[in-house]
Amino acid sequence: MAERILDVKNLEINFHTYAGDVKAIRDVSFHLDKGETLAIVGESGSGKSVTTKSLMGLLANNAEVVGGSIMYHDQDILKKSEKEMQNIRGKDIAMIFQDPMTSLDPTMKIGQQIAEPLMKHKKMEKKKAWAQALDILKLVGIVNPEKRINEYPHQFSGGMRQRIVIAIALVCYPEILIADEPTTALDVTIQAQILDLMKELQSKIETSIIFITHDLGVVAGMADRVAVMYAGKIVEYGTVDEIFYNPQHPYTWGLLNSMPTLSSTSLEAIPGTPPDLLDPPKGDAFAARSAYAMKIDVEKEPPFFKVSDTHYAATWLLHPDAPKVTPPTEIVRRQKLFAKMSANKSVKA
Amino acid sequence: MSEKKKKLLEVKHLKQYFNVGKSDLVKAVDDVSFDIYEGETFGLVGESGSGKTTTGRSIIHLYEPTDGEIIFDGQDINKLKTKQEMHAFRREMQMIFQDPYASLNPRMKIKDIVAEGIDIHHLAKNDAERSKMVEDLLEIVGLNKDHSSRYPHEFSGGQRQRIGIARALAVQPKFIIADEPISALDVSIQAQVVNLLKDLQREQGLTYLFIAHDLSMVKYISDRIGVMHYGKLLEVGTSDDVYTKPLHDYTASLISAVPVPDPEFERNRKQIVYDSSQENDDENKPRKMHEITPGHFVRCSEDEVAKYKKRAASYEK
Repeated sequence: MAERILDVKNLEINFHTYAGDVKAIRDVSFHLDKGETLAIVGESGSGKSVTTKSLMGLLANNAEVVGGSIMYHDQDILKKSEKEMQNIRGKDIAMIFQDPMTSLDPTMKIGQQIAEPLMKHKKMEKKKAWAQALDILKLVGIVNPEKRINEYPHQFSGGMRQRIVIAIALVCYPEILIADEPTTALDVTIQAQILDLMKELQSKIETSIIFITHDLGVVAGMADRVAVMYAGKIVEYGTVDEIFYNPQHPYTWGLLNSMPTLSSTSLEAIPGTPPDLLDPPKGDAFAARSAYAMKIDVEKEPPFFKVSDTHYAATWLLHPDAPKVTPPTEIVRRQKLFAKMSANKSVKA
Repeated sequence: MSEKKKKLLEVKHLKQYFNVGKSDLVKAVDDVSFDIYEGETFGLVGESGSGKTTTGRSIIHLYEPTDGEIIFDGQDINKLKTKQEMHAFRREMQMIFQDPYASLNPRMKIKDIVAEGIDIHHLAKNDAERSKMVEDLLEIVGLNKDHSSRYPHEFSGGQRQRIGIARALAVQPKFIIADEPISALDVSIQAQVVNLLKDLQREQGLTYLFIAHDLSMVKYISDRIGVMHYGKLLEVGTSDDVYTKPLHDYTASLISAVPVPDPEFERNRKQIVYDSSQENDDENKPRKMHEITPGHFVRCSEDEVAKYKKRAASYEK
């Protein structure tokens, strides 16, 4: 079994606002193994970014961690002081932000920005740090790095800037890389290049990636495992095949159904909008938007039901006493594929 | 299929240059021609900087084109000179913008935002009729009519985009330009807005120019698609043709880069890398649109027609 490097347990985070406490993260647990890519999928406001900010100790001032723990190896990140976090951040856990236009310092040469973490964390002298910065620039595919290391961010295109942001994040060979929508601001062709680059670098420096996105297409190509978040909770998690070919939660169904594939002729939108987390609903938060909601869904929160050793979903539909329902056509199609795939696998095994 | 349909919009050799006469001349749109038929959705795709938004803006006359004609409903809109003519044109053509946060005035109530066009064009006789019209419009786009006295900040992104749609519909236009109307929205909300646009088209016989970079969504909503790159239109055809039988190398590379929510597909995906140097024009071999198969055009020189015909034939096997 792979080494577990991160274990988040029962995390709860509130934001204090004038209107009251917003319960942004409600009892979230997940883990990350060495070398794998975990994708966290959800809409805006589902809590995916807040979760990762808490891993970095970058929560806003009005945020309060109400409960839970974040174990990085044997140390709890939530108990670290700001000073201690500064030693972890950028060295052991690094982050790539969404917008490459704003996450670089416009007044610093990019060589300086890449060398900075080396000088700070590894106490490297400037010359050596710059030499290493040059190596990593080559690694992320910047053409003519000897010249470009002395240039400023505005001299680069969006895709090139994102490569530089990746270079900064990876220069200390972090154990965990958090990528928060790293390609949302980029064109599809550039996006494909950046995703390929991330995969290639991951195998080279054996980092684990937490990949935050709302684009299921990107998830399908990047992730080993997927966690689906809705209204501050994880509603389903499993391997990438389990989530895409054998989804169990009505929200996951809805998400997959509202994405056009290149062959789809009709789109099923999820009606309504996510709930207000000032006063989260009592039962299954998705019940109000779900065509499959039962009476119990508005009364009692569903626990996680086991689908397989790696696949769990929080929906009452999986309860032994629940009535059998037929998922949307697209999901049935996917589940048939899954049956075929697992049949093939068992034959091989 | 589309022969019998009436052309609502004809764009002929549209050129939109910026900084003309200066050293930093930008040919944002360079010799682009296409037609849009009544009642259809024409999708315009391309990466950022390809000139797709500029094309949309030139069509609705936010820019004065450098050269070329834009003929809407039989009339060249660049020849509209008087205020009245412009006024009448604006009633026929409306726009939905990308950013639902920036495109609604935060100091105006929803009813005043939606009714602005109604006021300008004097479509309502009195206040009661105006409110009735606003309420009807809100209902059409799926919003609660009680929301009309609220302000934009009280709405979510998807709801705001619905308000933008209601505002565009208020003057009963024939033609709507939707410039990336869903790219700022969440996946589950995107489908809602796209379905709303489709329903409206069916009910009111609208014609759309749908500008986007999300190819899978464009394919879903459009009848025909145009692919733009570096200010030039490279390929035009029905959305099925462009997707399943792309002729231009650029189109093929663009399609190969679209992530698909299917892990098996993604594992076997091969991205086609496009070399844009092949687009450098040879003075002696001017490139223009050539019809390769019926209704499927590609921008090429006379010499290249045979190559594309061969490629089109290879799809038929």
